[in-house]
Amino acid sequence: MILVALLAWPFVAGIVAWVAGRRRPEAARWVSALAMAAGLVAVIVEWVLKAPDFDLAGHGPFVASVHAAWIPQLGISFFLAADGFSLLMVALCYAIGLLAVLSSWREVTVRVGFFHFMLLWTIAALVGVFTALDLFLFYFLFEMMLVPMYFLIAIWGHERRVYAAVKFFLFTQIGGLLMLVAILALYVIHGRQTGVYTFDYLRLLGTHLSLTTATWLMLGFFAAFAVKLPAVPLHTWLPDAHTQAPTAGSLVLAALLIKIGAYGMIRFMVPLFPHAAFHAAPVFMGLAVLGILYGAVLAFAQRDLKRLVAYTSVSHMGFVLLAIFAWNTLALQGAVLEIVCHAFSTGALFAIVGLMQERLHTRDMDKMGGLWLTAPGLGAMALVFALASLGLPVLGNFVAEFLILIGTWPVSEPATVLAAFGLVAATVYSLWIVQRVFQGRETPAAVMPDLTLREAGMLAAMAAPLLWLGVYPQPILNTVRPGLDALQRVAVRTTPAPTSAAGAAAALLRTGERSPGSAAPTSEEPR
Amino acid sequence: MKPGDIVTLLPFIALTLSAVIVMLAGTFHTSHRLTVGLTLGGLAWTGAMLAVTATRGGRQVTDLLLLDDYTLFFIGLLVLTTAGVVLISYGYLEAREEHPHDYYTLLLLATLGGIALVASTHFASFFLGLEVLSVSLYTLIAYPRSRASFIEAGVKYLILAAATAAFLLFGMALVYAELGTMSLNALATLHITGGGAAETSLLIGGFALIIVGIGFKLGVVPFHMWTPDIYQGAPAPVTAFVATVSKGAMVALLLRYFRQVSITPHETVWIIFAAIAAASMIAGNLLALLQANVKRLLAYSSIAHLGYILVAFLAVGRTAAVAVTFYLVAYFVTTLGAFGVVAELSGPTGAEAEELDDYRGLAARRPFLAATLAIALFSLAGIPLTAGFIGKFYVVDAGAGSRLWWLLIVLVASSTIGLFYYTRVVVAMYVRQPVELPEGSPATPLAAPTGRTIGAVLATVTALVFVLGVYPSPLIRLLEHVVAGLP
Repeated sequence: MILVALLAWPFVAGIVAWVAGRRRPEAARWVSALAMAAGLVAVIVEWVLKAPDFDLAGHGPFVASVHAAWIPQLGISFFLAADGFSLLMVALCYAIGLLAVLSSWREVTVRVGFFHFMLLWTIAALVGVFTALDLFLFYFLFEMMLVPMYFLIAIWGHERRVYAAVKFFLFTQIGGLLMLVAILALYVIHGRQTGVYTFDYLRLLGTHLSLTTATWLMLGFFAAFAVKLPAVPLHTWLPDAHTQAPTAGSLVLAALLIKIGAYGMIRFMVPLFPHAAFHAAPVFMGLAVLGILYGAVLAFAQRDLKRLVAYTSVSHMGFVLLAIFAWNTLALQGAVLEIVCHAFSTGALFAIVGLMQERLHTRDMDKMGGLWLTAPGLGAMALVFALASLGLPVLGNFVAEFLILIGTWPVSEPATVLAAFGLVAATVYSLWIVQRVFQGRETPAAVMPDLTLREAGMLAAMAAPLLWLGVYPQPILNTVRPGLDALQRVAVRTTPAPTSAAGAAAALLRTGERSPGSAAPTSEEPR
Repeated sequence: MKPGDIVTLLPFIALTLSAVIVMLAGTFHTSHRLTVGLTLGGLAWTGAMLAVTATRGGRQVTDLLLLDDYTLFFIGLLVLTTAGVVLISYGYLEAREEHPHDYYTLLLLATLGGIALVASTHFASFFLGLEVLSVSLYTLIAYPRSRASFIEAGVKYLILAAATAAFLLFGMALVYAELGTMSLNALATLHITGGGAAETSLLIGGFALIIVGIGFKLGVVPFHMWTPDIYQGAPAPVTAFVATVSKGAMVALLLRYFRQVSITPHETVWIIFAAIAAASMIAGNLLALLQANVKRLLAYSSIAHLGYILVAFLAVGRTAAVAVTFYLVAYFVTTLGAFGVVAELSGPTGAEAEELDDYRGLAARRPFLAATLAIALFSLAGIPLTAGFIGKFYVVDAGAGSRLWWLLIVLVASSTIGLFYYTRVVVAMYVRQPVELPEGSPATPLAAPTGRTIGAVLATVTALVFVLGVYPSPLIRLLEHVVAGLP
C-alpha cells in the first residue's frame, strides 16, 4: 500500500497546492515543499525498514507490491511493485521534487499555484513510471507526464519556450507511440501463444519470439527510451528543452525524466527481448560511444551556459547506455550509480545556472567572467559540481563511471577505450565552465550577490550525496543488487538463446513478490 | 406489421411526437425556455421508451428496421448527444435569435433521421433516414440569420448532400437491378457466399457509388471537401451536431454491415478502405496544420479521427467492434466539449469565436472554458487520463490484433502531427497574451460569466472525459454486450 500512497501523494498535494496558491502564492510553495519532504522521509523509512530484506535469499527482489484489476476486459491491472532499484528511483523523485520546489522559490512569480500543480503531477507520474509493472500502466503514466512537463516549459520557460516545449512533446510522443505499438504486439503475441491476454510484465517476460519479431519490438521500445535517454541521434530535443525550461523544469528533466530511458531499458527492454538486445548490442554500444564523444564535443562548443550543461547530459547518458548493453553486474551497478550521481551533479549545475540567470539575466558565457570575486560561494559550489561532472575521485560520478568502464572492458575493449576518452573531454568542458565564468577577467556588467542561505543549503544538499557515494557507495549498491541480479537471470548475457532460462528465471521472479492466491486478472476471450 | 411492433417502435414514435409538440408549442407560446424544456422532455421520453423496447429483446420490425441491443445503444447515445447539443444551443440562440423555436423541431427531426439510419436494414429505410437527417441539417445550418456565412454554408451543404444522395440512390438502383433485393442483410449474405452474385460491372459500379455516398457522410478523404467549409460556416452547436450525431449514425450503420460482409484482408474493397483510412489520417492531420481557424482545424482533425476509426473497422474480431464503438463514444463526448466552448465564446453579435487569435490568453480571461477546451484537445490528441487515450489505445490494440502494421505506423506518425496543432491552440490559450481586440469582437476580452446551462454541460462532458479515461471498464463491459449481437 505504501506504493499507492507514494503515487497518490503528489497528485493530492498538487491539487492542494493549486487551490492554496490561488489565495497566496507562498502557500503553494510551502505545501509543495512539505509534501515532497514528507514523501522523501516516507521512502527513506520504507527503505531503511526493508533494507535487511534485500539480502534474504528466495524472497525475490520486490519489497512491496500492489495488484488490483483495472480494465479486466483487456487484461490490464493496476500493478505497482518496487525492488531496490525502483525504490531508489522513487526516493530520487521526491528528493529532486523538493529541490525543484526550492529552486523555483524566487524564480517563478506568475501563476504560482498552477506551476506547483504541474510540477507535482510530473513527479507523481514519474513515481508511477518507476514502480509500474503493468505495461499499460507504465505507458499510461509515461505519456501522462508529458502534459505537465510541456506546460512547465511552455508557460514558465525562457525566450524560445514554445518551440522547445513542442519539440520535446513531439519527440517523446512519437517514441512513445512506437513503444505502444510494440507493447500491443507483444500482448497479442503472448495472448496467441498462451491464451492469456495480459499486460503483466512478469507474465510477458518469457514470451517466445523469433529473432526478427523480437528485434522489431525491441526497436519500438528503443525508440521511446532512446528519445528519453537521449541517445544520439535522437537527442536534439534535449538541449532546447533543458535550456528553455525554468530551473525546476531543467532539474526534473535532467535528474529524472531522462532517467526513464535508462530505467526502461534496464527494466523492460533488455529483459523482454534479451536475445535481440544482445544480438544488436554492438550497434547500441557504438551509439553510446558516439553519444559520449559527440555530446562532449558539442558541450565544448557552446556559449550558452545552460546549453553546455545540457550537452554534458548527452555525454553522461552515453555511459549509461554503454553499461546497459554491457549487461553485467559491475556495469549495471555503475549505471545505477551514474543515474543517481548525474541527477545531483547536473541538477545542481542547472540550479546554479538558474541562480546566475536570476542575477545576471543572461546565460551567455561571453558576458561573464571573474565572478569568483563577487560570489565566491557560488563559485566554490560550481567548482564542486564541475569536478563531480568530470569524474574526480571522492565524488560519486567517479565511482559510477569507473564501474561502467570496468564492466564494459570484458564485453568490448574498443568501446571502453573510446568511452574513456569521454572522461578526458569531460575534464576539458567542466574546467572550461569554471575558467570562463568564475576565473578570468572581471566583466564589469557581471556583478552579482552571493548565495543566500536557502540557495547554499540547497546546493549543499545536492553535494552531500555525491560525496557520500564517492566515498561509500556500498549501501546503494547493496540496495539495487538483488533487483539487478534478478534481471540478469532473466536476460543472460552469455547464452545466445536464453528463452527457456528466461522462462525459469521469470518464474522465480514471480514467486518472489506475489502471494499465491492473487492471480493476475486476464482477459481470456478469443480474439 | 404486428400490433406488438408498435411497442417496439415506441422510441421512434416518441421522438416524432416530440417534434410535432415542439413545433406546435412554438406557434402558441414564444418562450425560448419552454421550447427547450419541451425538447429535452421529448428526448427524455424517447430515452425512457428505449427501456421499454429493451425489455422486448432484439426485434426486426417489418423489413425496414431492426431494434436489437446494438441499435438501442446507439439510439440512446444519439439522443443523449442531441440533448447536449440542445443545451449548448440554448445560450447560443438566446443571445442572437428572436425565433429559435423551429430550430429545436429541426434538431429533433434530424435526430429521428439519425436513429432511423442506425436501425435501418433496408435500402428504403437507409435512404429515408439519411434524407430526413440531411434535409433537417440544410435548414439547421442556415437557421440563425445573424450571419451570411450560415446561409452560404447551408446552401453548400444542400448542393453537396443532394448530389451525394443522387449518387447513393443511383448506386442502390444498380445493385437492386443486379441482385433483385434491397435488404441489407440479404446483400451482405449474398456477398459472402457469392451465391450467384458474379461481380458484374453493374454491381461493382453500384457498390462504388454507395461507398461514395457513405464516404461523403463520414467526411473521409477523398470525399472530405465539404467538411471544413461546413464546420466553419455553420453555427457552432450545429457543427457539434454534424460532427457527432450525423457522422456517428453512419459509422454505426457501417459497422453492422461492413463486419457482416466480412471482407478478407487485401481484397480490393479492403484495400480501398485501407487507402481511405490512411489518406484520411494523413491528409486530415497535415491540412489541419495549416489552419488558423479553430473550427476548420477541428474539421480537419475530425477527418483524421474518422481515419483512426476506419483502422479499427478493418481489424477483425470483437475487440475491433468494441474499439470502434468506444472510440465513437469518446469522440462524441470530446467533440461536444470542444464545440461547446466555441459556442459559448461566440459573442452575441453574430460573429463566431473561431480565429486562433480569439483564443489568445483565454486561460487568464476565462479559465474554465480554457481548461475545458484544453482537456478536449488533449483527449483528441489521445493523452492519458482522457477518454481519447483509451479510445486510441483500443484502436491500436484492434489493429495490432489483426496485424495491420502499416496502418498503425501511419496512425502513429499522423497522430504525432495531430499533437502539433492541438498544442498550438493550447499554447495560444495558456502562453500567449491576448491581442488587443477591437470593440465588439466575438471573444470579449473581459472575463464574462459562463452561462449556467452550458457550464453544466461542459462540466459534465469534461467529467465524462476523465471518467472514461481512468475507469473505462463499465463502458467496455456494456459495449461488449452491445456488439455481441453483431455477426
